[in-house]
Amino acid sequence: MQQFIKQLAQENDFQATRLLKILRGVQAQYLYIPKEAIEQLAELLNIPRTQIQNVVEFYSFFHLEPRGKYDILISSSITDLMVGQEELIAYFAEKLGVKIGEVRADGVVSLNNTSCTGMCDQSLAGLVNGYAITKLTKARIDEIVENVNKQLPLDQWARDLFDVQDNIIKPDLLLNQKPTQGEAINATFARGLTETLSEVERSGLRGRGGAGYTTAWKWKFCSEDEGICDVSVHQQKQRYIVCNADEGEPGTFKDRVLLNSYADSVFEGMTVAAAIVGATQGFIYLRGEYLHLYEKLEGILQARRNANLLGKNILQHGFDFDIEICLGAGAYICGEESALIESLEGKAGIPRNRPPYPVTSGYLGKPTSVNNVETFLAAANIAIHGGEWFANLGTAKSKGTKILSISGDCAKAGIYEYAFGTTIQTILNDCGASDVLGVQVGGPSGTFIANDEFERKIAFEDLATGGSFIVFNNSRNILDIVHNFSHFFAHESCGFCTPCRVGTSLLKKQVDKIVEGHGSAGDIVALEELCQIIKNYSHCGLGQTAANPVLTTLERYPELYQSMLKKISYEPGFDLDKSLETARRMAHRDDAHAHLAQVED
Amino acid sequence: MSKTIVIDGKVIPFEDGQTIIQAATAAGVYIPHLCHNPKFTPHGSCKLCTVKVNGRNCSACTFPAAKGQTITNITKELNDDREKITQMLFVEGNHFCPSCEKTGNCNLQAVAYHLGMTDNHFPHFFENREVDASHPDVMIDHNRCIFCTLCVRASQQEDGKNVFAISGRGIEKRLVVNSPSGLLKDSDLDVNDCAAHICPTGAILIKRTGYKVPIGQRIFDHAHIDTVALAAEGASHDE
Repeated sequence: MQQFIKQLAQENDFQATRLLKILRGVQAQYLYIPKEAIEQLAELLNIPRTQIQNVVEFYSFFHLEPRGKYDILISSSITDLMVGQEELIAYFAEKLGVKIGEVRADGVVSLNNTSCTGMCDQSLAGLVNGYAITKLTKARIDEIVENVNKQLPLDQWARDLFDVQDNIIKPDLLLNQKPTQGEAINATFARGLTETLSEVERSGLRGRGGAGYTTAWKWKFCSEDEGICDVSVHQQKQRYIVCNADEGEPGTFKDRVLLNSYADSVFEGMTVAAAIVGATQGFIYLRGEYLHLYEKLEGILQARRNANLLGKNILQHGFDFDIEICLGAGAYICGEESALIESLEGKAGIPRNRPPYPVTSGYLGKPTSVNNVETFLAAANIAIHGGEWFANLGTAKSKGTKILSISGDCAKAGIYEYAFGTTIQTILNDCGASDVLGVQVGGPSGTFIANDEFERKIAFEDLATGGSFIVFNNSRNILDIVHNFSHFFAHESCGFCTPCRVGTSLLKKQVDKIVEGHGSAGDIVALEELCQIIKNYSHCGLGQTAANPVLTTLERYPELYQSMLKKISYEPGFDLDKSLETARRMAHRDDAHAHLAQVED
Repeated sequence: MSKTIVIDGKVIPFEDGQTIIQAATAAGVYIPHLCHNPKFTPHGSCKLCTVKVNGRNCSACTFPAAKGQTITNITKELNDDREKITQMLFVEGNHFCPSCEKTGNCNLQAVAYHLGMTDNHFPHFFENREVDASHPDVMIDHNRCIFCTLCVRASQQEDGKNVFAISGRGIEKRLVVNSPSGLLKDSDLDVNDCAAHICPTGAILIKRTGYKVPIGQRIFDHAHIDTVALAAEGASHDE
């Protein structure tokens, strides 16, 4: 083991910033992160062992205990539940002969749930040793079970198990563009860097991750001190461009498609941004769930280096830039830009205190611009076609188009591009949704809208979204949705601040209590009060939006929540009878007097 | 003094680089807090020091004071919510004040009294947490840890060591010790280290000192936490 670890560390230049990459290697080799490996890496990377321990415990894809040789994770996003996830994972567990969450006795296979894997248009989805598997049915599960029991190497499994489709249903402004390599870079330098930044500003482009910060301003702030749009000054400055490809919001999968089929334009957008702000190094932070894209993207980056689109003196424009891919390891919070930067530095993804903002103090304390995949795609095309071309579409405050990931109860799940200002009804018509109960716009952290609000629009000033658009028909139960989302946030809270760490767990319990029918008169008030604390006092966007599933549905369907309550004034917050289980076992009693009713008759 | 902020109507001077809580403390204004200690880099995690800056919630311990800030600190709304956040800390761990050696000297308990907290409000987690009594002079009772990271920061910034860290995600978060066995006895913690004495609750205690100061003669038996904190931390700011 010592030799393996040493070599792994050496391949990564003994850089602590590469800790996640190193640990991925260790996990793949040993199926867990052995204690000895932590000790050795602490020495080799010159960091405290507790930093490594924290990283291992923080990210869902690292383990302190061995997983199976085949580690199977099944997505438990709401869209997976809608295609029968619970039944199918139970079937999987039974066929494999392993309990959910555990490793089979022979060590060959382990099975567990995982947060949304970004395949909601081809549910039921999962991961085998990190690689995406899609459209799971009982037949496909049988096939996987057979492969596992035969211990067939992953590369000999039928390829169609790993088939990931783009499902681009409605392309518009951006998705119809197929610029040639280097077109955006050449256009940028032909027009001039300052002029191109003006075009980006004129386009009105705002961050596509959902928060909607004006892209041109971010780039300006990133190089505010000196040297913006001046390559001669750039080379001495250390600044970074980061592409946020950690799309973890359940129901979002557009970045997966953009990186599969538009990667060149995304990289070109990063290169244009680098030229403008003066960065020589870029990173693409790719969520661990998209491991299947890694090799392909590495190939594209290499081709771009070969074509002098990356590297030294790019296309003879006198500027250097390169891009490195960093894989995440299963943590939704790393989509938050400062948590993402922490993760890039080889640490647990805990959002930083702000100010300072990443544009002044980001990766390794240097100015860093973190932008969404779609933002870079748009920027590349704006660099070619100019700001007007983009700003012609959209609304006054939301220019251009938005790429949506549509899933749930509709005939055609997939990728749709719409000009901002498009109504929900139009979108529902296009994707073939009928008998609609409501739509979750923007994922669990967004808004649930009811079927009397379908004239509302996709726009920053109305319904802002990073792209998640989940349709629910009238056969669905809103409380099931809220239940799933509340568990998601409690699982993904980083735990840094009290309101989110404790609050999301309390919220999960409180929602469970009501959904399971143990709620009583005061419980809705308590629920709402808890939501307000989490929303108003949490450290970052995760906590500030974690109560949205409850708040947005409670506002629309108060009677639904009320109907779940028992008609008594007080109900214990825990199961009285279950709590007596230990006492009964110790007393060897199971008679009627050893049981308690939850509520006195 | 040309630069000022306004807290609850009181005009307070500040210097560039000061956080809101630093300016407030220097001016004798108490903002409730647990994870903040002026000696160490602010952490901003307990969220008790949340104040409204021009209507927006900000952590006073990390947010820089700046011209034009109108801040509300002691309001019913903020204090009610601070009480709830304190209650969250109480139900997350296992805090039994009457049987805790730290009672009367405990910041968590004192801030709870200060905020008028009379019950725990939320359902208890009743997590099984361990006690590490392996070290000859110092013990950790994980039941009482509130993840303020003061011991982590004190060890790094004052003792020049790296004895403590926080590990894990979400509600699984826990205090860990930097030693091969994970036990305190195998770390390089010394009883005289600042980190051994900084805990605001009873999570880190010095052995064989229990009840040396009788109940009734302890810090918060006679003074409120606002007075105590201002006296201690105001002096520290002046250093």
